[in-house]
Amino acid sequence: MSMPAETDDDGPLYAPAPKVYPQSIAGRFRRIKTSLLIVCLGIYYILPFIRWNRGPNLPDQAVLIDFERKRLYFFFIELWPQEVYYLTGLLILAALTLFLMNAVAGRLWCGYLCPQTVWTDLFLKVERAIEGDRRERIKRDGLAWTLDTWARKITKHFLWLMIAWWTGGAWVLYFNDAPTLVRALTYFQAPVAAYAWIGILTFTTYSLAGHLREQVCLYMCPWPRIQAALTDADALNVAYRYDRGEPRMAVKRVALEHAAGRPAGDCIDCNQCVAVCPTGVDIRDGAQLGCIQCGLCIDACDQVMTKVGRATGLIGYDTEAAIAARACQAIPPKRRIVRVRTVLYAAIIALVGSAMLYQLATRQVLSVNVVHERTPLYTTLRDGSIRNAYTLRLANKQPEERFVAISLQDLSGADLTVAGAATTHGDPVVLVPADSTLEVRAFVSVHRRDLSAASQPITFIVTDVTAKTTARVRDNFFGP
Amino acid sequence: MSEAKHGPDLDTPTGQTTTGHSWDGIKELNTPLPRWWLWTFYLTILWAVGYWIAYPAWPLIASHTTGVLGYSSRAELAQAMTALEARRDVQSAGLRQATVDQIAADPALTRMAIARGRAAFGDNCVGCHGQGGAGGIGYPNLTDDEWIWGGTLADIELTLLHGARWSQDNRTRTGDMLAFGKLGLMQRAQAESVVEYVRSIAGLDVERGADLARGRQLFVEHCVSCHGSEGKGNRTLGAPDLTDAIWLYGSSRTVLVETVLNGRAGIMPAWAGRLDPVTIKALTVYVHSLGGGQR
Repeated sequence: MSMPAETDDDGPLYAPAPKVYPQSIAGRFRRIKTSLLIVCLGIYYILPFIRWNRGPNLPDQAVLIDFERKRLYFFFIELWPQEVYYLTGLLILAALTLFLMNAVAGRLWCGYLCPQTVWTDLFLKVERAIEGDRRERIKRDGLAWTLDTWARKITKHFLWLMIAWWTGGAWVLYFNDAPTLVRALTYFQAPVAAYAWIGILTFTTYSLAGHLREQVCLYMCPWPRIQAALTDADALNVAYRYDRGEPRMAVKRVALEHAAGRPAGDCIDCNQCVAVCPTGVDIRDGAQLGCIQCGLCIDACDQVMTKVGRATGLIGYDTEAAIAARACQAIPPKRRIVRVRTVLYAAIIALVGSAMLYQLATRQVLSVNVVHERTPLYTTLRDGSIRNAYTLRLANKQPEERFVAISLQDLSGADLTVAGAATTHGDPVVLVPADSTLEVRAFVSVHRRDLSAASQPITFIVTDVTAKTTARVRDNFFGP
Repeated sequence: MSEAKHGPDLDTPTGQTTTGHSWDGIKELNTPLPRWWLWTFYLTILWAVGYWIAYPAWPLIASHTTGVLGYSSRAELAQAMTALEARRDVQSAGLRQATVDQIAADPALTRMAIARGRAAFGDNCVGCHGQGGAGGIGYPNLTDDEWIWGGTLADIELTLLHGARWSQDNRTRTGDMLAFGKLGLMQRAQAESVVEYVRSIAGLDVERGADLARGRQLFVEHCVSCHGSEGKGNRTLGAPDLTDAIWLYGSSRTVLVETVLNGRAGIMPAWAGRLDPVTIKALTVYVHSLGGGQR
């Protein structure tokens, strides 16, 4: 048996990523993108410096994740670590909002709001300002490096690194008092962790927005894959209207083809849509993984169509269903925003959102937890009565210390004592420090004749003496 | 079966080349990885090599490579424990200087003492007194309000330091329940009689027709010297109160008769010298806080 000869012409297993040189373009979507870029980056860089007065002893930073004191502050909201489920709610909301956006108008997130898109856009602006537009950059990269090239490249990378450094610098401000940390950073007195995080974010921003760019969307991000599975024929997407564009031909040829009775499309195959694309894809190939749907090709195509005197909108936001219908000369179906999919997403968003809002609005500033002492489960006292011990943890989520009275319900003839408590109006009262918890040991004793069962429900009620707010917790009283 | 073909094979629908291999007519498109991905892979290999150099990595016959950083997880633990001890030392300063009464008057010191006492109790005391001081037959329950040797902070500290009936310590608590039967001071019938009397003053049921007068007579003769004329006990001698609901060895007739005939002498070791003074103070405050502590 003879083996076929091994060949090495199977093609490469890896290849350099083709370099994309996006061209600048002016137009409606470029304006939208630029405004969103300014808004998003503005929020990111300025937010840590916004102050919010919470009273004495509490930080006055509007948005602060305070790891040291284990608190999260967002304007009027203050969350404790045990309320981390709000984060779960936020993640559910974020995912569903992404789904809903996608079902209504495609990859709005990818095209306009994703940090990768926003920072890449900013880095591209810098690149254009220093090295010129697409044509100049391609030309320069094709030539031997001159002193001017060196100077421009160094300037570009320096500016990129500065932006990247600021990105990391703003990040750490969300975890510390911003003005204090800025001062400490200036005098090189900030904690090592702060410098380390700035370093990490400088590196990621510089490499992801400066060098990897569209490779992030193509190879790293899971969303394009998920998005492709979630989209449907009724979702608006940036699309090439092939019903109108095909067959492509030069303007001059159209008359000739018409004379010969052959169809002629509006696309003049000028390739401008590809030139402006930040990920370097050809929108005319249809919806694809690499298309982040930023709309810049719409601007480019509209500009060309205006120049050649044709109607704009050869590339535009359209649904697959409508284009397909027009392609077979049918009347395009009316666009349906209200679909099972969108209604469901919106309903879940509303449900989760209102549940979170309700939780937040009715958030208990005073709460109590109880652990029943298990060894011994109960103690027999000298006079024959039965005593149970409980550990109560009182949480005071207010900026000032509060006197809290502890009382009992559900168990008749029960006597309550709390270690270290004063007594007012017959109830033990303890002082819970501001914005913290207090653990106290409570003893409940009942005379044996008052016990009707081996286990009876018992309720602890804690009352803020000043505000009269109460919280309660249930447990059991055990006896022989 | 795989066959190799000469020259790149073009896949017509996609316009892409295939790997050239065909498995039962199925071919795979050749989609090359971006080169940076390969670099990332090489970088992870480099990282691994750096890791071998910096950290312990390779097993040798009797030991392992230690790495230039000299890191070991055991040393890290030891360092963390030393740091903890150092921090505890600072906290202990307050406990070391204060008396148990001063500790109990200061909420912050009390919290610290209870935390340390709980840990020390788990290490040293639960063997006899049970988790949480629940006690057992012959081993006092530390959560109730009956104290054989006294339930004030000072009493508890003294018992902890010197123990009870602990012969090696000359300041230990002493006082025995005599074995009235073995010593020939009482016959079984007499013991049964006195037990009926004791049950009557404890509020327990008494056998019908029992001669309580005789029992009382025997009680006055033999028991009042330690347990008192009303049976209320005497803490100096470790004689328990016989009128309450708490019975160290149980309150059944059999057990009580056994106690009278054979005596009882439970031992508590002295902890002075075995535990440091701060731990003993912490244990005192902890035991006092279990629910039965007296002022």
